[in-house]
Amino acid sequence: MRPGTASAPERAPAAPPAPAPGGRWHRLRRDRSLLLMALPAVGLLVLFVYVPLIWITVAFKDYDPYVSGLWSSPWTGLENITLLLEDSRFWDAGANTLAITFLQLVLFFPVPIALALLLNSLLSERLRGVVQSVLYLPHFFSWVLVITVFQQMLGGAGLLSQLLRARGYEGFDLMTDPGAFKFLVTAQMVWKDAGWGVIVFLAALSSVNQDLYEAAAADGAGRWRRMWHITLPALRPVIALLLVLRVGDSLTVGFEQILLQRDAVGPGASEVFDTYVWWVGLASGDYGVAAAGGLVKGLFSLVLVLLANKVAHLLGEQGVYRK
Amino acid sequence: MSVTDLRRTGKAAAPGTADGPGLPAAPPRQPRRNPGRPVWEEDPSPVGQGLKGLTLLGVCLAILGPLWVVIVTSLSDRRTITEAGGLVVIPRTVTFQAYEELLSGGTVTRAAIVSLLVTLVGTVLSMTVSVLCAYGLSRPGSFAHRPILMVLLITMFFSAGLIPTYLLVTGIGLQDSYWAMILPSAISVFNILVLRAFFMSTAPELIDSARIDGAGEWRILLRIVMPLSKAVIAVISLFYAVGYWSQWFNAMIYLNDAEKWPLQMILRQLVIKQQAPQGMSQMIATQQVPGLAVQMAVMVLALIPVVIVYPFVQKHFTKGMLTGAIKG
Repeated sequence: MRPGTASAPERAPAAPPAPAPGGRWHRLRRDRSLLLMALPAVGLLVLFVYVPLIWITVAFKDYDPYVSGLWSSPWTGLENITLLLEDSRFWDAGANTLAITFLQLVLFFPVPIALALLLNSLLSERLRGVVQSVLYLPHFFSWVLVITVFQQMLGGAGLLSQLLRARGYEGFDLMTDPGAFKFLVTAQMVWKDAGWGVIVFLAALSSVNQDLYEAAAADGAGRWRRMWHITLPALRPVIALLLVLRVGDSLTVGFEQILLQRDAVGPGASEVFDTYVWWVGLASGDYGVAAAGGLVKGLFSLVLVLLANKVAHLLGEQGVYRK
Repeated sequence: MSVTDLRRTGKAAAPGTADGPGLPAAPPRQPRRNPGRPVWEEDPSPVGQGLKGLTLLGVCLAILGPLWVVIVTSLSDRRTITEAGGLVVIPRTVTFQAYEELLSGGTVTRAAIVSLLVTLVGTVLSMTVSVLCAYGLSRPGSFAHRPILMVLLITMFFSAGLIPTYLLVTGIGLQDSYWAMILPSAISVFNILVLRAFFMSTAPELIDSARIDGAGEWRILLRIVMPLSKAVIAVISLFYAVGYWSQWFNAMIYLNDAEKWPLQMILRQLVIKQQAPQGMSQMIATQQVPGLAVQMAVMVLALIPVVIVYPFVQKHFTKGMLTGAIKG
């Protein structure tokens, strides 16, 4: 498994590995300052990502931090997993998660591509720069801020309701409407991150050889045919990579974003895998079942990433890592 | 005249006109042709142009409009808010009453200071550790860099999950400590990879010759690599800083003591939950300042640092981000 991000520059013949006359000891001594530099980050990662793996055992134990420690709490085998699979809320959370992922694939995914094509067709550098600055901005807002902004616009006391009431119509409250919730979440995603998504596609577009367009135009290809035969093929690897990433990440949908709105809409429409784990574990204190939920989700996610990559390879795309 | 010349000169070299600097008096066939448009490209239809402009305008309005309303309402006095029936779209008066009230000590002032300090300390820590690690792993053929890289990369595919992480963080005694907002999320492997890719593509010849001249790795990093990597360092710092500034979840699960809450938690309490946080109930109850203006002012406070820093870093996005992330 070699992620593409890391492996590409290594292949560059920029600096051939220095010969190691004294073997391993010599290299260790030569590179000790480099190793020392890497140490703090590795230490933090080990502590906060690897060490917690010990607590995954909670999924197979009857663990209650107020009664007994991790080591002394009794093993219960697969009981937590059984409890988890019998919990209808877990399956509802799964259905909600997949529904939101699907909506995002259909309604979110194409937006950055369309915006990038639009921006790319602008001739004025200045105008393009201004629009880009505006588009990227919401990506840097916190989810708390984004949701309060939506609440002020579309909520019961929001601007739209206020304007409607002033003209004698009924107001509405989208923020507490379970039926609209999944679309609302997707709209928030689009508002916050669709603009930022443009940056990758713009980079891909700027690397297209302009002579191709000229040659195609000379051969009589119109605007749309040029887009279909030159622009879109140029974007294909990026689209494939992002699709693979999104599909591999299907089971994760905006944890913070949804948790912030869980109270307003109720868990029926808003519970997803991650909020379920939070609710069962941290809010209700059933650590065993919650850890089991996290473990099951984590394993399925891993399988999905590997599968999505496999499909990408079969289709001749690069995917996240190379074979 | 070569192809590139044709493209650059646009109008002057439109088909049918003669070469050379002295344009003939022939009437231009396309009167309002944009000189930046490549010759081979058709002129857009007015309808298409109009639709394009409308879309761009709509997109920008959808992003900036709500922010405008929030800012204007936070600056409005009681009368304006009552007359508007709530949120204010067209400013009538400008008063900083709400801000004065919020920043004259008390809950919001403290939360803002907590947020600022966590962001500052966290960003410095994250950047130091990430830059060191990225450079430490950037030299081809160095000892054990592949296994260490592997340790980093695996975390991008699998994590222990919320419950084990929570049990660890509380287990090592970070409950109710400000460090609970910093340490668990101090490292982003993605950011390290972007930095590393940038370092590797930055002047390898220069670095090699410095090594041959006997410069140590620390010296190379400080004197050669970092000055050449200002763009990517600015961008990654912004990413880390925004992460810390936006944080509320770690504060919610690890900080029981509401006095230690960052600004985002106050904002959540006040606007999303519509409850007055501890210490603010009095101010709102006495109605010195309209509650709506106070809510909007807290939103603006959460927005301001981002809007201040953003323009300085924004110009580096493409260079800083893409050299690292997309090349792979």
